[in-house]
Amino acid sequence: MSIPTPSAKRTIGWMGIQRGHRARPFEWLMEKFIFLVSLSAILMVFLIFIFVAREALPIFFGQMNSAPVQPALPVEEMNKLPKEKLREYLGLSPAKFAAMDEETKKLLMEARLEAQTEIPEALRQNKDAMLNTTQWRYLLQPYQWTDYDKPEYIWQPIGQIHKYNIMPLLIGSLKTTFAGLVFAVPLAIAAAIYVSQLARPRWREIIKPGIELLSAIPSVVVGSFTMLVLATFLQKVFGYQTRLNAFVAGVGLSLAVIPVVFTIAEDALTSVPRSYTQAALALGASKWQAAWQIVLPAGLPGVFAAVVLGFGRAIGETMIVLMVCSASVMSWSLFDSARSITTTIAAEMAEAVAGSHHYRILFMLGALLFAVTFVTNMIGDLVIHRLKRKLEGKR
Amino acid sequence: MNHTTCLTNKASLLAVLLMNAAANLPARDITVKGSDTMVVLAQKWAEVYMGKNADAKIQVTGGGSGTGFSALQQNKTDLCNASRKIKPKEIEACIQAFSKRPTEYKVALDGLSVYVNEDNKLRTLSLDELEAIFTGKIKNWNEVGGHDAPITVYSRENSSGTYEFFKEHVLKNKDFVASAQTMPGTAAVLQAVAKDKNGIGYGGAAYGVGAKHLAVSREKGGEAIEPSEENVVNGKYPIWRYLFIYLNPALDKGPIGAYLSWIRSDDGQKIVKEVGYYSLPKNLRQ
Repeated sequence: MSIPTPSAKRTIGWMGIQRGHRARPFEWLMEKFIFLVSLSAILMVFLIFIFVAREALPIFFGQMNSAPVQPALPVEEMNKLPKEKLREYLGLSPAKFAAMDEETKKLLMEARLEAQTEIPEALRQNKDAMLNTTQWRYLLQPYQWTDYDKPEYIWQPIGQIHKYNIMPLLIGSLKTTFAGLVFAVPLAIAAAIYVSQLARPRWREIIKPGIELLSAIPSVVVGSFTMLVLATFLQKVFGYQTRLNAFVAGVGLSLAVIPVVFTIAEDALTSVPRSYTQAALALGASKWQAAWQIVLPAGLPGVFAAVVLGFGRAIGETMIVLMVCSASVMSWSLFDSARSITTTIAAEMAEAVAGSHHYRILFMLGALLFAVTFVTNMIGDLVIHRLKRKLEGKR
Repeated sequence: MNHTTCLTNKASLLAVLLMNAAANLPARDITVKGSDTMVVLAQKWAEVYMGKNADAKIQVTGGGSGTGFSALQQNKTDLCNASRKIKPKEIEACIQAFSKRPTEYKVALDGLSVYVNEDNKLRTLSLDELEAIFTGKIKNWNEVGGHDAPITVYSRENSSGTYEFFKEHVLKNKDFVASAQTMPGTAAVLQAVAKDKNGIGYGGAAYGVGAKHLAVSREKGGEAIEPSEENVVNGKYPIWRYLFIYLNPALDKGPIGAYLSWIRSDDGQKIVKEVGYYSLPKNLRQ
């Protein structure tokens, strides 16, 4: 014998429409609206990724050619050449080629020829002038350019020969990020432990918003403060040679990273059940012991998540690094300058002609950065899950 | 029925209004973009010109010569300020964008100074020494007769026309030393050199409070020449350049054309001097 269930009628329908949009239309509308907003966020990330990847694809497939010396055809050839060949030679998209009148095409032919005849003899003789420097070999490996006495990693995108070695930039990003984290992580975690476990409530009320307020300072302000004040001060204290270097950038970066790491780590530590501390204290542990040996291990997944987010913030931070140091040196020393990937993109994107090899290389760097943060976030997530399961004893 | 007539009435009224608006359209804003070196000059021009012509509206932004050219190629700006000549690739992109070669106007002269810290005893360097310092062949001040300390080289971001000009004419197209610190503007270079007693940098001769301008000789032991107006205009000082304005020739008429010819008139050139660049000799103004 079955009891007719009145609820069966009004439960799940299409997108929950039957569930109660009549009973509470406003709530139903809000729910759908929030759902759409969150969906659009995911869509946005996806679209941005597609856009970056699409602009960078010709580099990945080796379809760009950056050699300054290229074959040029006399203008009369224009009418003899098959249409498709001509279009390729002029580097136009089919739609643009179809829309262009003969006069413009002729002008383009002339300009192309003129550009080639204007090339000075010295460059024509230069063995590097025939190289396509956008190949992976030149992007990643050292090469002995003319005027250099040994193979080197060179990022000099503007000039007669475009040198696009990305290694100095990768190292620059890693160097500044590393320096930033070395300062920020211990400080932020120590502050989080203090505020969540040891501090008196009164002090907590002052310190917590204080540190969180740091994140409200615009990074341009942090950057100029670092460049003008901190750099001079640190050079006086440590006495190194280069005034603006990766170390100084790291100190500046840590000002941006500390609030991120602190906020999340503090939340994680506070959410460890109070009973853990109380049990430890009851067993005779000191407050300090309880914090270090009980609460910190228990909150470790959250603290780790904080560090991963801090890493993302540091490697993605542009303005501070841009203002403090930007020389593309190939050196692992923290006391040398550094040029990060973000700096490069920010400083050079406006200059690059849309669709040129420089432009595509910059997008390739953007895609690389995206991949790096994506992979670290994923690894971070995995580690957090493992830690959590381990801590909860669900091996 | 009534409803539709009402609508058509409204539509026609709107059309009439629009046509009227088009007829007495005030001169459309003139947009100017490009060289950071020229921003102050361009703003001053715009300011004075707008003061004289009430209906002119001019918007000036910087970003670097390369930025200006890339805006010109996308029809995003009317005038492009440039502190270097246009490159063949950029001409091609312009032809693709508006089917014409861009028109080039020389609008001022500029000397490039080499700055060192006030405490630096050095007074002059030759062009060859400058090349060697900025390419990293010379690494210590004592190699050029200065104190015993490593040289810190300050340069500009590579979107800057000044960077490209310096690379082409002083470095003879060699690369800047990798450890050269790239600064976001001439003021930032000056700022850095003023704070670093081993620093050396370059930028417009018009800037320069806080650091010392070196005299430059064409060869070692030759006559050292100060970057003064006289020396730049008569070509004695070796590092100088023209400042340009580029535009789509189709736009070179009406208010924009008037503005351009005003810039090259005596009135416009007087402002060049006030801002600290050097006005064009008369024979170059056409």
